[in-house]
Amino acid sequence: MDITTLDFFQTQNIIKSRAVSCVEITQKYLTNIAAKKSLNSFISVFHDAALERAEQIDRKIDAGAAGKLAGCTLGIKDLLTLKGAPTTCGSRILANFRSPYNATAIEKLASHDAIFLGKTNMDEFAMGSSTESSCFGAVKNPHDLERVPGGSSGGSAAAVAGNLCTAALGSDTGGSIRQPASFCGIVGLKPTYGRVSRFGLVAYASSLDQIGPMSKSVHDAALLLSCIAGHDPLDSTSARLPVDDYLSFLDKDVHGVRIGLPKEYFAKGLDPEVEKPIREKAELLRKAGAEIVEVSLPHTEYAIAAYYIIAMAEASSNLARFDGARYGFRAANVKDIEEMYVKSRTQGFGEEVKRRIMLGTYALSSGYYDAYYRKAQKVRTLVKKDFEDALARVDCLLTPVAPTTAFKLNEKLADPLIMYLSDVYTVSLNLAGLPGISVPCGVDSKDLPVGLQLIGKPFAEGTIIQVADYIEKNSW
Amino acid sequence: MHYEPIIGLEVHVQLKTNTKIFCGCSTAFGAPPNSQVCPVCLGMPGVLPVLNERVIEFATRLALVTRSHINSFSLLARKNYFYPDLPKAYQISQFEQPFCEHGRLDIFLDGAKKTIGITRIHMEEDAGKSLHAESFVRKNETLIDLNRCGTPLLEIVSEPDFRSAREAYEYLVELRQIVVYLGICDGIMEEGSLRCDANVSIRPVNETRFGTKTELKNMNSFHAVEKAIDFEIRRQEMLIEHHGRVEQQTLLWDASRNIAVPMRSKEYSHDYRYFPDPDLVPITITREFIEKIAQNLPELPEAKRQRFQSEFNLSDYDAGVLTATPELAAYFEAVTALVKNKKNAAYWTMGHVLRALKEHDVSISTIPVTPTFLAEILHLLEEGTINASSAKIVFDDCLKTGRRPRAIVQEKGLLQITEKSEIEAVVDKIIAENPNDVQDYFNGNDKVLGFLMGKVMRAMGGKAHPQTVNALLRSKLEKFRV
Repeated sequence: MDITTLDFFQTQNIIKSRAVSCVEITQKYLTNIAAKKSLNSFISVFHDAALERAEQIDRKIDAGAAGKLAGCTLGIKDLLTLKGAPTTCGSRILANFRSPYNATAIEKLASHDAIFLGKTNMDEFAMGSSTESSCFGAVKNPHDLERVPGGSSGGSAAAVAGNLCTAALGSDTGGSIRQPASFCGIVGLKPTYGRVSRFGLVAYASSLDQIGPMSKSVHDAALLLSCIAGHDPLDSTSARLPVDDYLSFLDKDVHGVRIGLPKEYFAKGLDPEVEKPIREKAELLRKAGAEIVEVSLPHTEYAIAAYYIIAMAEASSNLARFDGARYGFRAANVKDIEEMYVKSRTQGFGEEVKRRIMLGTYALSSGYYDAYYRKAQKVRTLVKKDFEDALARVDCLLTPVAPTTAFKLNEKLADPLIMYLSDVYTVSLNLAGLPGISVPCGVDSKDLPVGLQLIGKPFAEGTIIQVADYIEKNSW
Repeated sequence: MHYEPIIGLEVHVQLKTNTKIFCGCSTAFGAPPNSQVCPVCLGMPGVLPVLNERVIEFATRLALVTRSHINSFSLLARKNYFYPDLPKAYQISQFEQPFCEHGRLDIFLDGAKKTIGITRIHMEEDAGKSLHAESFVRKNETLIDLNRCGTPLLEIVSEPDFRSAREAYEYLVELRQIVVYLGICDGIMEEGSLRCDANVSIRPVNETRFGTKTELKNMNSFHAVEKAIDFEIRRQEMLIEHHGRVEQQTLLWDASRNIAVPMRSKEYSHDYRYFPDPDLVPITITREFIEKIAQNLPELPEAKRQRFQSEFNLSDYDAGVLTATPELAAYFEAVTALVKNKKNAAYWTMGHVLRALKEHDVSISTIPVTPTFLAEILHLLEEGTINASSAKIVFDDCLKTGRRPRAIVQEKGLLQITEKSEIEAVVDKIIAENPNDVQDYFNGNDKVLGFLMGKVMRAMGGKAHPQTVNALLRSKLEKFRV
């Protein structure tokens, strides 16, 4: 049996039985990473540091003092800071940048004895839905090397699905955890906004970004979330609410759980091959005693536009600090400060990032602010209200994650608008700040994974973990 | 044509919190460049700001004393622009829904009160410093010091209520005194703790519409503000007389040449793209919080001036001098609490104490002549143990050595000589030794009296009781008159 195909729930039992050491496990994953370079899922690999750490943790296990993630090898999306390590965000402008500090999520995982294998590839500054915009090249889907892994956390998704790490951290601004999880056939959880500290997450759109786990099982997602969740004095937007015991929601039935199917999410544009397995799972849940009802989210059609305006507006400001003055890429041969800014940013950023900065700048400009940014915020309020109304009637919602399964490399690169539309089922949650989980539910005719999405009430990650876990354990 | 100037001021007050507004770095002035920085104030990728609660407290104090309306819900916003000493390329400030609005501040011009409206007070972070001109900076190089970056500021925006540069000056003096009294700013102009920009326009007298305004920046003292405004008023008058119009622009005050020079239009034609900062939650202020701050407000300069006048029977001017800083006022009050003659306490504090501060490297809180010691000197004087000139000697000695005044009197033998016979002997001797002067006196030269008086005092080591010397001299001389 190949231990790298297992989730952490199974791995930790083997570790506890002392049949395998953390060093051996780490070595196996490092071997896989080297063997599957073609996936392009890692930007940097901490070969020696990971082995050294594994050795330390083996000693802690010997001493009976190991944390609950002992032996859990992780890939970290390359926009989370890890002290002394590169943090590139998939961009030329940060290609040589090393962070002087740790993200809060990293500190927390380290305190539970996780092992960091390396930093995973991503769309440049998390701007994309296919992980093709990285300056380190596109990531490939382990299920079909001619297809994208989804994005922007495509490196993390491909690394987990390709058995290059036990689990990974991603970030989700408009679907960047859930959509690649769906494309790669793994579990991806976006927590409620404010559940996980964003300190050390290089911001794309601050009011939408959340860090979350990507894993081979719902159990692993629940365990990792319980380790990274909680208030952080370094992040004013992190919630001062107690953290639930997410593992306690596993292995439960779904009898009496009320689940809503938003009719707007099962309309035109949804691939029937995606819809079929999702409907089957709804039926599975109904048979298990869940109450399945149709609900409506009437402002869904405006969500994509509002999302892109808000995300780009915030991004235009968040990415302004990459100016070549203090760190990161600086263009050579400039005659004055203005030319330094212009050339460093022109050469340092990729096309998609520049497009979004320009659109976001426009949306915030005087004379356009009311028509774009302010109006988008009003739409955001309406979208949020839609969810409040729907979730007043049901415990959670069940929807598709993406309209299609993984598409081919380069297929959507030429037309940004078509690319943006692949986020249609995921962005609304970010606008509303709600938790969502993507869990595998079947395959299409090409054997490509299909995921379904469960959307919960604010800070009720437990409910969607419970339903996702039921689906996972009663499907095959 | 006669014109009326219309002036509004924007004052930046640096708050004296121990730490910066969004991180834990020190705000101390004068540290080596870039030594008081961390990933947060350096704007490293991934960092987040967390608002320093003291800033809210300080802002509330100023809001209360300017009788402003405090918004129960206010927003921090990003002001976006590129500059090397602004690491995030945006300044966190407030735009829509500032901390407080609709306040007012009274100023006094030649005894007459005028109320100046305050449009708004909002909090924001300071930027770093760009060093171009220093000796250690090479040509075509700019060095950046980010120590100041993230120092908390309050910006106080006035209504266009000033009608002269003088009024603007008085407002700044008053405002400075208030923030120092409130303990929210150290008020040191040289360290940039207060900075002021002015908006100036003029219009024909009796016209109700405003003229085109210009903005004046880069004044590094209150007097410079006054001068720059006067310069600008004259410049605008000339422009209107000769060209019929004023161009809206920003001018930089050049203190070495006493003129204001227009900035290149490129340097100020920013679209700051303000929007609420998504990294920070709105500031919410409760009534209970405001009440708690209100209960702990110190006595303000104006109230103290009034009280000093009535309680100690001081003139308006003296009360003003003695309340210049809260520390000086506290010193004076400590002295008055120990002595009977309050006027004398005021006289000595304003005279000898202030002179000592100016001439020696001491502050009111470190001066060796403590309120207790000064009170002791005044006691010795009042009870006649020493005379005024000895008191001055005791004061100077105490200032140097910090010794107790009574001990100084003992050691220097400064006890006043009041014994009539002792003084009489010396007076007789001086009269006998100076027959020519005595003759002058009889010829009607009254100044001679003072001259002879000085001789007697000197002969007695300055310790004689002056009134006794004077009386004896007069009566003795009369006896010689033929």
